[in-house]
Amino acid sequence: MSDPFVLETQNLVKEFKGFVAVDDVNLKVQRGHIHALIGPNGAGKTTVFNLLTKFLIPTRGKILFKGMDITSMKSAAIAREGVVRSFQISAVFPHMTALENIRVALQSFEGNSFAFWKSGDSLNRLNDRCMELLDSVGLADFAHTTTVELAYGRKRALELATTLAMEPELMLLDEPTQGMGSEDVDQVVELVRKAAQGRTVLMVEHNLSVVSKLCDRISVLAQGSILTEGDYQEVSEDPRVREVYMGGAAATEQEAAE
Amino acid sequence: MNNAETESELQKTMMGHLKADRRRKLILNLVILALLILAPAVIYATFLMKILCFALFAVAFNLLLGYTGLLSFGHAAFLAAGGYTTGYLLSSYSGLTTEMGIIAGTAAATALGALFAIVAIRRQGIYFAMITLALAQLVYFVFVQAPFTGGEDGLHGVPRGHLFGFIDLENNVAMYYFVLAVFVGGYLLVQRIVNSPYGQVLKAIKQNEPRAVSLGYNVDRYKVIAFVISAGLAGLAGSLKTVVFQLASLNDAHWHMSGEVILMTLLGGTGTLLGPVVGATFVVNLEYQLSQGPLGDWVDPILGAIFVLTVMAFRSGIVGEIQNFMRKNMS
Repeated sequence: MSDPFVLETQNLVKEFKGFVAVDDVNLKVQRGHIHALIGPNGAGKTTVFNLLTKFLIPTRGKILFKGMDITSMKSAAIAREGVVRSFQISAVFPHMTALENIRVALQSFEGNSFAFWKSGDSLNRLNDRCMELLDSVGLADFAHTTTVELAYGRKRALELATTLAMEPELMLLDEPTQGMGSEDVDQVVELVRKAAQGRTVLMVEHNLSVVSKLCDRISVLAQGSILTEGDYQEVSEDPRVREVYMGGAAATEQEAAE
Repeated sequence: MNNAETESELQKTMMGHLKADRRRKLILNLVILALLILAPAVIYATFLMKILCFALFAVAFNLLLGYTGLLSFGHAAFLAAGGYTTGYLLSSYSGLTTEMGIIAGTAAATALGALFAIVAIRRQGIYFAMITLALAQLVYFVFVQAPFTGGEDGLHGVPRGHLFGFIDLENNVAMYYFVLAVFVGGYLLVQRIVNSPYGQVLKAIKQNEPRAVSLGYNVDRYKVIAFVISAGLAGLAGSLKTVVFQLASLNDAHWHMSGEVILMTLLGGTGTLLGPVVGATFVVNLEYQLSQGPLGDWVDPILGAIFVLTVMAFRSGIVGEIQNFMRKNMS
């Protein structure tokens, strides 16, 4: 536990045919931090995410979780180790109730998930914990609502609660505020802040005001590699960051001027 | 405090609804069971047994399509594997009691299912369907060529034998109640499975597989088990069918049969327990009625048209549409 970094990548590379999506990324996420991964579209943020959660296999490089090499572990296995991700599109089970959504996550640790001969009632003892989690994201009233009928913001809240049910040490959130109105965004910021207590969060986020409110440390990704790192102050004052956000035109102009 | 109280009130009424819903379903099932017990008094027992065998086949198939989200296009292989194994054993070894032949048939189909699953399970969607189809075709040609299947003729005159060694199944009434008991057992097993902790995971996988993975589930293992159970139950249906009709034929192994079970399940309602039973009843009845009348040669086009209509207009199937209708009009 002396290692201050929960997650570390060493020279992480992902090549698709003739195209390097992630280029030599060395990322270090400190325990207890809310760490943001930002960058313009196509910078490779989601690819990095998919590498970290093993939905993609790295071409080269290593991924360490608490010092343990998890590069060759499977998605489901690292989830049980405590690295749990959310998705860009809201990842819920649409035709289950809100409560059942959470229960499926809790069930993951029960060791009865292959018990096809057991009554479903054996899961009811998880219901109290489900209600606690639903309550923590303000969804207690919707416990028995079928998820597909929930509003978008509530689905995201449910997704977060489901992720929390896994008691993850490291939460990976892929654009938690994507597609939300400003009211919902504020709510999610609060939820993430609450959820982050006692854990580490790595999030991809477009909304810089969210990043400024939440994040302890920021890594800026551009064209597959890390451009710079620091807190919001440092990063936002870095001219190179502005450059990549202003787009290629501004950058080439500047290069020409130099 | 007040808020918490109303919340728990809400919880209670919700739970009350769930219980009432469960009770309604139980009553419905008991009524159907009572009708099935009385049915041979008015309907030809062999015809009823045919329906029950196909209903069990469709129920088995639906465990996969309706509750796991896997479309197998090769389930005829399991029906036939059960049928041929049972037929061969009962014809060859007169010392064998009927239930032993059926158990052996079921076991053979289960083993074949495991083989299919290992090859196909990593593929998604249409590729999964295609691989199961290809494997089933392979099995079909084995059944055409193998020495113990009777080739093009199939196995005829399979003795029904004695159940547990002392109940004579040549008696059609005894045979019917045995088929009914097996069917009810299979149906209850599937009902138990879909409502079990394991069934919850299956539903989760069907509804959002990547999310299920991210919650720590090794989804391939869950799918393999569902596939193997489904294959085993399909084999059980095939074994029963062979005993009832004293016949195992290539029809059961033909891809046409794999298509028919898809039709039955979709028509009745995927993802509902009763749907495949209703679908099988409907299709078997329709085929029988048509074959009696002047439209006998038109069975396939008519079934095809019904298939298209179901997929285009009644996606939830007969039982699904009824459920939707009741839900809309009761709340």
